[in-house]
Amino acid sequence: MAPLFYVLATVAILAALCLVLERTPVYSALSLIVVLCSLAVIYLLLGAEFLAVVQVIVYAGAIMVLFVLVIMLLNARQETSTDRSRLARWLGAPLLLAFLGEVIFAVWQRFPPETAPAATALVGGPRAIGELLFRNYVLPFEVTSILILVAVLGAVVLAKKRL
Amino acid sequence: MAMRFDLLLPLLAILVKVGVVLVALLTAVAYAVWLERKVVARIQSRWGPYRVGPHGLLQPVADALKIFFKEDIVPSDADRVVYWLAPFLAFTLALLSIAVIPFGTSITIGGHTIPFQIADLNVGLLFVLAVTSLGVYGVALAGWSSNSKYPLLGGLRSSAQMISYELSLGLGVVGVVMVAGSLSLREIVERQSGLWNVFVQPVGFLLYFTAAIAETNRVPFDLPEGESELVGGFHTEYSSFKFAMFFMAEYANIVTVSCLATLLFFGGWLGPVFGPPLLRALLPVLWFCLKVFCFLFLYIWIRGTLPRFRYDQLMAFGWKFLLPVGLLNVLVTSLILAWRST
Repeated sequence: MAPLFYVLATVAILAALCLVLERTPVYSALSLIVVLCSLAVIYLLLGAEFLAVVQVIVYAGAIMVLFVLVIMLLNARQETSTDRSRLARWLGAPLLLAFLGEVIFAVWQRFPPETAPAATALVGGPRAIGELLFRNYVLPFEVTSILILVAVLGAVVLAKKRL
Repeated sequence: MAMRFDLLLPLLAILVKVGVVLVALLTAVAYAVWLERKVVARIQSRWGPYRVGPHGLLQPVADALKIFFKEDIVPSDADRVVYWLAPFLAFTLALLSIAVIPFGTSITIGGHTIPFQIADLNVGLLFVLAVTSLGVYGVALAGWSSNSKYPLLGGLRSSAQMISYELSLGLGVVGVVMVAGSLSLREIVERQSGLWNVFVQPVGFLLYFTAAIAETNRVPFDLPEGESELVGGFHTEYSSFKFAMFFMAEYANIVTVSCLATLLFFGGWLGPVFGPPLLRALLPVLWFCLKVFCFLFLYIWIRGTLPRFRYDQLMAFGWKFLLPVGLLNVLVTSLILAWRST
């Protein structure tokens, strides 16, 4: 399983770089889909079939379709580069590297490689996730859904002044 | 040496299964086109293809040869990478979901039990839905990358339509999942040995079948193609082999959707089984194929009978009728199940 993981991780990182560096919006969106799908396959390798499939349905199959739809509606062809601020030009890359280093250090310290759980120990079936969601985390789950509903209503009100 | 053979046999079985299923699916696709032309012709009091082979049976071969030798035209302003990617994506995704469809119980060869299924995922149903939900990209990207107005309009329409009807499709299936208590297609079929789900979940079936016709862009929901308005919709600019890929993808999707309808609502491979062991193993496959054939016929029948919806009617029907009915079906089913379990 380990070699497959490295292949998928490389694909995910390359696609993520492509997403940021690409000038054509549709290519960026497609790269993001590749990132999401390779993450789904990594979940699959870990034995979390349900999570993998939900990842594809929700992110790649629903959210990204809306992204692509909007890009197509606006018919955006090429990004035009704006004049970047001088601060961002000189400090952007070093700050980013510092942040990345910090995150890697924190994760490394919190979860050293030898404490990684065995891949087969994960139980990611629909029943297990359902019980967690609707027993232990009912309140956060419901609050999140109401938050999303409010956001949807807000978007409709903002976009359609006259209904 | 014997042990190595033991290890090799399952792998060989998988390869053989993949080969057989792919060939069967592609043949089914080719002859679904022939069947459609024949049946629609009969509905319209014509003969349909009759010249190539007896009853035009070799027509698919002739069509395939013709389409291979057509010139492959790419519009000059098209986005070449995406233009190439779109039909490839559509075709691959259409073939992918057949991997989790079980065709029968299993067959025992030399002490090995080989199930009639390529991969038995415990979330097989969700896998099919996931692959279907990705199918939008083929159509949407084809419309966008052609850089031409009719394909773009067709692509936009189809994206909106497929997103809308995916919800009703999912809700129609939720009832079955609740009754079966499983997402594995094999288990869902085995739970129906007493009573087919179509009798337990009639509303769910109607929801699923209606939404499935919309998902596969068929009449009366074939707005993305609407010849009279959009020339040919998203694939207007495609020709030769790339067009053939879209065409095959559409029919492969119809076959998949029919397979799923059979598994979820009509008991899959369940049917009378008798005779010697080999016949016992193969009869379920026959029942499965017969049921799928009935659905294919129904699809064509609907195509030959109904006129096309108007676009706003289609959207209103999806959001204001199918979706509420789907939610109500889920609510009622869960109430009944909860009442029964107490």
